[in-house]
Amino acid sequence: MQQAPEILQVLQGKFGNKILSSDMTALDPTITVAADSIAEISLFLKNNDELAFDTLMCLSGVDYKGSKGETDRIEVVYHLFSMRHRHQIVLKVQLPREEPAIPSVEKIWDIANWHEREAYDMFGVEFQGHSDLRRILCPDDWVGYPLRKDYVQPETYRGMPVAPGKQFVEMAQEGLPVGTDPFREE
Amino acid sequence: MQVEAYVGEEMVLNMGPQHPSTHGVLRLELETDGEIVKKVVPHIGYLHRCFEKHAENVDYPGVVPYTDRMDYVASMNNSFGYALAVERLMRIEVNERVKTLRVIMAELNRIASHLLAVATYGMDIGTFTPFLHCFIEREKVLDLFEWTCGARLLYNYNWVGGVSHDIPEGFVDKARQFLREFEPVLKELNELLSYNKIFIKRTAAVGILSVDVALSYNVTGPNLRGSGVKWDLRKDEPYSGYEKYDFEVAVGDGRFGPIGSCWDRYYVRVWEMAESIKILHQALDRLPEGDVQEKVPKKVKPQKGETYGRSEAPRGELGYYIVSDGTGNPYRIKVKSPCFTVLSALPAMAKGALIADIIAILGSIDIVLGEIDR
Repeated sequence: MQQAPEILQVLQGKFGNKILSSDMTALDPTITVAADSIAEISLFLKNNDELAFDTLMCLSGVDYKGSKGETDRIEVVYHLFSMRHRHQIVLKVQLPREEPAIPSVEKIWDIANWHEREAYDMFGVEFQGHSDLRRILCPDDWVGYPLRKDYVQPETYRGMPVAPGKQFVEMAQEGLPVGTDPFREE
Repeated sequence: MQVEAYVGEEMVLNMGPQHPSTHGVLRLELETDGEIVKKVVPHIGYLHRCFEKHAENVDYPGVVPYTDRMDYVASMNNSFGYALAVERLMRIEVNERVKTLRVIMAELNRIASHLLAVATYGMDIGTFTPFLHCFIEREKVLDLFEWTCGARLLYNYNWVGGVSHDIPEGFVDKARQFLREFEPVLKELNELLSYNKIFIKRTAAVGILSVDVALSYNVTGPNLRGSGVKWDLRKDEPYSGYEKYDFEVAVGDGRFGPIGSCWDRYYVRVWEMAESIKILHQALDRLPEGDVQEKVPKKVKPQKGETYGRSEAPRGELGYYIVSDGTGNPYRIKVKSPCFTVLSALPAMAKGALIADIIAILGSIDIVLGEIDR
């Protein structure tokens, strides 16, 4: 088992200026790395015998826009865990909000395939080298990236109202009958 | 006509989205060669209800009912994990009564959830009787929940800093009575289904999941333990006082075939119910006095920061990644669903299987689509 500062030291020794910053006092110690080197750092973390990060617990996108004290950016966060040594670390990558792109880690942890598809679906992050990058939760022809902070919900999808409830609320407020109720007394 | 090599009739078969054995609304695209499945492509998202987007627009306590609706057969465990994660972010330590009550509810819900899993798995394979036995017992657990918090399925029970209701008077006795009644039924159920010759033939050498594949796909919970990995967050990273309970971690042992088979995964669940009974007896014995809402904050406003909290839900490790920007609403919540990860491993497990075995494999990983699609 290795503590987070030791993991950071190993990474700094190996990758030098690719390690941009770190926060060792956070609840979950975090290391921010350069976007273009995430795949090689991940591969090293997995194959190094001392570190052996064999599981990717979670891969999340986060959109920072207009948040107080934060620069506008998209972050991809990797929560790693080593089942062999039972230690964990968080890797972060910062991307521009316009056309974010980053190497895929699908070849390193199989689960990244679906997590990356989800991050693509929700934030529009392009994972370079991904074998099957398409939407996973939203329909294939959905427009926009819903979890972005500036996302505007479309009025209709294929001619269907996206939020039909709103319409019914308005109808009820105006006293119009919603649907045809056979037991409704006139 | 010259036949060079025997090739069966190749076709693409759609299983689902409306199919009883897909356990929800899931579509599997099967590329088959005769009866052999060459490739499986799961299509998910039919139950996507924008949990993560909703969560950004309500306050922290308001997220709890949404978490209930993810894995709707184990709601207690969902809100439990969420409450733990937010409490970690806010540095709240709840009192012993709350901890013990949460353990009681989580384990009762684990029993109810595993009963459903075992029951429907039996049905998938083609036996109906265990289903009825399981549902009679599950009903009793739901009655206990209803008595405590008024709801039978979606409880809104584990709040940030406490629980919504203290248990009613007489609950401990009723719970003990349930355990007394349930123990012999579990034994009977085990003899009825686990060692049934047909059941073993259908499951024991099917859907082998090796440890390497499981780790790479981050398969967790009973599915990982079925492959022989002794890893249980309740034991290895104890939370909410689990370190004080004496129980075993159920693991598969490959008794009727290669380790990591459908039978092993199924049996881990049966075994875990017995362990939950043990935990429940101990928790009911030691239940301390206290105010269950002592630490519930008036306004939940965690300081700026983020955390990844994980807990052992019946289907595996449920993770909440919560980012707080210091306001009353979460800035971002991402849920790592255990069903999501295990379903993504399905193509690896099902390659080369028979069509009928896809049902057996899918049933054995015990997924709830509400949690996958969120």
